[in-house]
Amino acid sequence: MLSSLGERVFHWLDERLDLQPIQRFVREKSVPSHRYSWCYFFGGATLFFFMIQVATGVLLLLYYKPTAEAAFESVRFIMTEVSFGWLIRSLHSWSANLMVLAAFLHMATVFFMRAYRKPRELTWYTGATLLLLAMGFGFSGYLLPWNELAFFATRVGTDMAGKVPLVGRFLLEFLRGGEDVTGATLTRFFGFHVAVLPMMATALILFHLLAIQRQGMSVPLSQKEASTTNAGMPFFPNYFLRELMGWAIALAILAALASLFPWELGEEADAFAPAPAGIKPEWYFVFMFQTLKLLPATVAGVEGELVGLLAFGLAGLAWFFVPVLDIRSSREEPSRWLTLMGVAALLFIAIMTLLGYVMP
Amino acid sequence: MMRAGLTFLLMTFAGVALGQDNCLDCHRELEDPAALAMSEDVHAQASVSCADCHGGDRTIETEGDYQLAMDPNKGFIGVPDPGDIPQLCGRCHSDASYMHRFDPNLSVDQVAQYWTSVHGQRLREGATDVAQCASCHHAHGVVSAKDPRSPVYPTRIPETCGACHADPEHMAAYGIPTDQLSEYRAGVHGRALFDRGDLGAPTCNSCHGNHGAAPPGVTSVSLVCGTCHGVQKELFAASPHQEAFDAIDEPECESCHGNHNIEAPTDDFVGVGDEAICMTCHGEGEPAYGVAATVHEEISNLKGAMAAAREVVDRAARAGMEVSEAELVLIDANQTLVESRNLVHAFAVEPLREKVEEGLALATTAREMGVAALAEVDYRRKGLALSVFFILLLAVGLYLKIRQIEERE
Repeated sequence: MLSSLGERVFHWLDERLDLQPIQRFVREKSVPSHRYSWCYFFGGATLFFFMIQVATGVLLLLYYKPTAEAAFESVRFIMTEVSFGWLIRSLHSWSANLMVLAAFLHMATVFFMRAYRKPRELTWYTGATLLLLAMGFGFSGYLLPWNELAFFATRVGTDMAGKVPLVGRFLLEFLRGGEDVTGATLTRFFGFHVAVLPMMATALILFHLLAIQRQGMSVPLSQKEASTTNAGMPFFPNYFLRELMGWAIALAILAALASLFPWELGEEADAFAPAPAGIKPEWYFVFMFQTLKLLPATVAGVEGELVGLLAFGLAGLAWFFVPVLDIRSSREEPSRWLTLMGVAALLFIAIMTLLGYVMP
Repeated sequence: MMRAGLTFLLMTFAGVALGQDNCLDCHRELEDPAALAMSEDVHAQASVSCADCHGGDRTIETEGDYQLAMDPNKGFIGVPDPGDIPQLCGRCHSDASYMHRFDPNLSVDQVAQYWTSVHGQRLREGATDVAQCASCHHAHGVVSAKDPRSPVYPTRIPETCGACHADPEHMAAYGIPTDQLSEYRAGVHGRALFDRGDLGAPTCNSCHGNHGAAPPGVTSVSLVCGTCHGVQKELFAASPHQEAFDAIDEPECESCHGNHNIEAPTDDFVGVGDEAICMTCHGEGEPAYGVAATVHEEISNLKGAMAAAREVVDRAARAGMEVSEAELVLIDANQTLVESRNLVHAFAVEPLREKVEEGLALATTAREMGVAALAEVDYRRKGLALSVFFILLLAVGLYLKIRQIEERE
């Protein structure tokens, strides 16, 4: 009965939208099956958390007020007065962090599997941009509750942007909407967070997904032989159900975190109060924050922070353009030096993040 | 031509009036500490010269014969006699039209007040070891009382007064104690001033006056304390203690709180326990005994209710709940505790009980908010457990479905 209703609906839609090619595509689509197939789930998890962000973000928008006078109080209202407001806010905050984590793991696995090699360069570029956008979402969203820690962390973060040679001053004033972090900063961060970044992210995600559908999943060089003898896993229903299972587990983890460790609200920001001890940015910026903190005041006569920012800038560029720089992979040859560099970079990020939390 | 000559004369005399001070020039060359100190001195900055106090002629070219400038015929008095100093300073400081040129808000009654003080009276009697203007303000290098370097800046007043009053040798002739400074340091006021740097904390002159320094008598002690502790003073004045204390000439505040070493009061000051000050005068069987016991009990009840509410609210906060509303209610409850402690000075049960009941109601509200928050934590945990169970059930169902499909293949 249900099946016949479903068939009738599909038939009705097919007559109007010509859905059969899509149905054929889904039926024929397969996912490579090898020992690293589990890595494919990180992309799906990132997408899942992004969808949670959109859903919870829209609900938060119903009550949030983006002004310096009302922002903190409106978040407090959401957490205490709105039915399940505490859960929605906590889900939004936790899901944001899990999304960045999933995106980072997705990027790392794509890097080590060399999935960016021809013809998937554009997928890498859009993915790398999406990771940067996710960090932008985090940076702009962190300020929105207008609490003390976020206020001072934003001041430090935008100060760093101000150190960029030539355009630093412009960047700083553009981000802050003036000389200092004020209500103007909050308003424009809100604008970035709910309009500019979502628009860009949605467009890029659509392109990213379209490219993946057009080209299929990449197979690591080491697994190419195994993959050619293996027919792969049908996308529907085998891989699709696995993906759903992964999402269910991600949802369970998210629900447990949001309920057991509700996201704190902190103290309301006060621009005239002294900066509190232990200001830290979001955890995914801590490695940069800690590196800049450890650098000496001057390196070879140049300001230490500037040297650090330039180094991060260059490393970021190299990472972004790795499909161009990794010539061996483009020739389908293994490149061990790049793997070593990737491991070194991950170790550096892990150690600096750890130091950021244990050092005074 | 005439106008040019007049201008020349004016410029010449103006130069003498404003710049030339041979006293200072010579004494600086001699590295006289008094002259060296004058670079920071408020008087020197206002163009008051050495000769304005010491007499003599500051403009004369002595050409080696210094006695020409320090000629008694030209009014030179040398080091002023201590007994003359108030009059000497008063020549300017008691002259309203002169002083108001520098600061329209300056008072000009310091000398008149000084003569009313014990210091002034003793000086008049011929004592030379009593404080006069220069003893506290210094003679040279005088800086504004608002300057932290000044010996009369609030944080330095205790040591300035203590220079004489904490010196047993100096005070021996007067037969007064010398432990006031050490007692003051140990008391709440001294700790506020020295430990917290609270410039609003009273120092010696806040109670004893400064120029008109006199120890407050028994009747005026409560007036002095009451300038800051007005509520307590009013409550005391309306209490049965006022009349009783007046009848036996007992100082009011000082009887329970002390004078220089004022201890931070505790709730055990009142009551019938070992530390209760009430029991130094009252005993079992008196009506006052019952009042003291009830007052102590009421305050203890309020503190207990507040501590219980605080414990529940803190537990809810640790569980991740937003409890700022309950915190605000606790702040209000704490305010009633402060007011209840003030009401102790009425030495009556009724007004205190009314305030305590107000506080108890607030503490109960805060506690209920904490309990509701903890109930919400419990509800959330159960809801979480249930939702995670269903989500994981879905995951298991999906896993079984995948296995079923793949086994069929």
